[in-house]
Amino acid sequence: MAKDNAFFNNPTVKWIEHRLPIFSFVDHSLGSQYPTPRNLNYWWNFGSLAGFMLVVMILSGVFLAMNYTPHVDHAFNSVERVMRDVNYGWLIRYIHMNGASMFFIVVYIHIFRGLYFGSYKPPREILWWLGIVILLLMMATAFMGYVLPWGQMSFWGATVITNLFSAIPLVGDKIVTLLWGGFSVDNATLNRFFALHYLLPFVIAGVVVLHIWALHVHGSNNPLGIDTRGPQDTIPFHPYYTIKDAFGLAVFMIIFAFVVFFAPNFFGEPDNYIPANPMVTPAHIVPEWYFLPFYAILRSITFNILFIDAKLGGVLAMFGSILILFLLPWLDTSRVRSGLFRPIFQVFYWIFFVVCLLLGWVGGQAADATVMGIPLLRIGQFCTFWYFFHFVAILPLLGWFERPRPLPISISQPVLGGGRVAAGAAAKPMEKA
Amino acid sequence: MGSSATSPQAGHHGSGTRRDFLYLAAGGFGAVGAGAALWPFIHSMNPAADVLALASTEVDLKPIQAGQRITVTWRGKPVFIDNRTADQIKAARDVAATELPDPQTDQKRVKAGKDQWLVVLGVCTHLGCVPLGQKTGESKGEYGGWFCPCHGSHYDTSGRIRKGPAPKNLEVPEFTFVNDTLIRIG
Repeated sequence: MAKDNAFFNNPTVKWIEHRLPIFSFVDHSLGSQYPTPRNLNYWWNFGSLAGFMLVVMILSGVFLAMNYTPHVDHAFNSVERVMRDVNYGWLIRYIHMNGASMFFIVVYIHIFRGLYFGSYKPPREILWWLGIVILLLMMATAFMGYVLPWGQMSFWGATVITNLFSAIPLVGDKIVTLLWGGFSVDNATLNRFFALHYLLPFVIAGVVVLHIWALHVHGSNNPLGIDTRGPQDTIPFHPYYTIKDAFGLAVFMIIFAFVVFFAPNFFGEPDNYIPANPMVTPAHIVPEWYFLPFYAILRSITFNILFIDAKLGGVLAMFGSILILFLLPWLDTSRVRSGLFRPIFQVFYWIFFVVCLLLGWVGGQAADATVMGIPLLRIGQFCTFWYFFHFVAILPLLGWFERPRPLPISISQPVLGGGRVAAGAAAKPMEKA
Repeated sequence: MGSSATSPQAGHHGSGTRRDFLYLAAGGFGAVGAGAALWPFIHSMNPAADVLALASTEVDLKPIQAGQRITVTWRGKPVFIDNRTADQIKAARDVAATELPDPQTDQKRVKAGKDQWLVVLGVCTHLGCVPLGQKTGESKGEYGGWFCPCHGSHYDTSGRIRKGPAPKNLEVPEFTFVNDTLIRIG
């Protein structure tokens, strides 16, 4: 199809294609030769939005790096210089700073979409794993980036988080010294964090390539969660989803721009505009909002579990809350992908969603806070329990006890009434259904 | 060496052949070499010589009144020096060490004959915050020592953990009395 069009008949394009088939590669990856389920809804926009944000973060970051000095005596002032003296420095920094928040919003929606529509189920397990790897890399990158302005929250966030590794038995302290390059978070730490903060986004880009590669093997999942059965179930990615993604991108950019221009410090902590002081800890240390649920899980383990002391237990629970996602394809025993056809799963899905929000809220409050006489610690502990209970008990059991609603025969059948038509028989997939 | 008449495949000990041995030996040697090449890079992340060179500091104790606490910097961390009153020492010694989360007597945490001088790292053993209690007006916690605002750990007048999530007592750094009024930390 695309091979017939004017573009591919252009002599220059032909000359290049013969030597490096890059245009047809793109066409097969994100173009007219990539068949996509015709029923994707707007929740499927968030993958391309995440890719867009990665590019925004890398570009804005490169320009910030041109004006940043990774030294404890100069880092804070160099960032202030970006804000006050560098032409449009304020804009680039606010894009980068709020871009991190927008990136996480987009990625979290992307993940919850996958959780609802069963995008992690066979044959997309490795695709799902690669997504978790990207999430972990994003978290490491965001954490180290937050340290760079060398404000109070930067310094103490770095201190608390690196100290998590001291919970590892026997070698914990040695590992922390290795991470710091000294005996506290100091210049050596700042330098290496800057180097790694610059490196990791390119590692993420590499894993994103693998993620998209794995995606293209079996194609996108879709809201019905059933496999495509031929051309009548698909439409070409270009122009249908390129235009839909572009529209979603425009809406997203309105929100992004609103934050950058009208509420640039909404997601931030005022304490981070105080230069780092190793002698004074701020009264209320909180991580950035996107880490709050995990921070709540960390703090909720206040008791020893057998031979594991509370500190190590908290660290294990926090990392475990993400690592358990690797097992999700096997913990969810239901063979029906989409939550649309799983009436009981839907209920538990939304309970799980609320539990995650609650964890985020608890994580942002002081450790000894109470609400209506209930210590927040207890709420955090219950939510932590439920978080794991959802994965290790509810999902495995639901697969056995839930009776799913009947699945449609094919994606196109409700529209065309021709779901059983042999592949290729529905001749005009590009026409409006 | 060439006396063996057996073919390469005919290792009579299991299925191993001379070639398998060579593969393993070469692979093992390569792995050791790769590890050896990796080590300089890992070790370069450990504290450098100049960082280690700053590892000791001297403090003059003369200006510190009884009941007064000061903070000095050592290895980039705060060190709390407390000229304890008789009451504070008594409070620290009245409790049986065995009842504490991290059992340690007060005597073990100070130098004999210099019992009033408590020297501890001002770093909470939970996740590394600086506990409050050095300045007048700050909370000293329920045991009159220090209180960590991050996650609510209470330390007593010997810097020992009494309540809260911290697993260990405030660390006593290595230090010596150079003379009666001068200490060297580190």
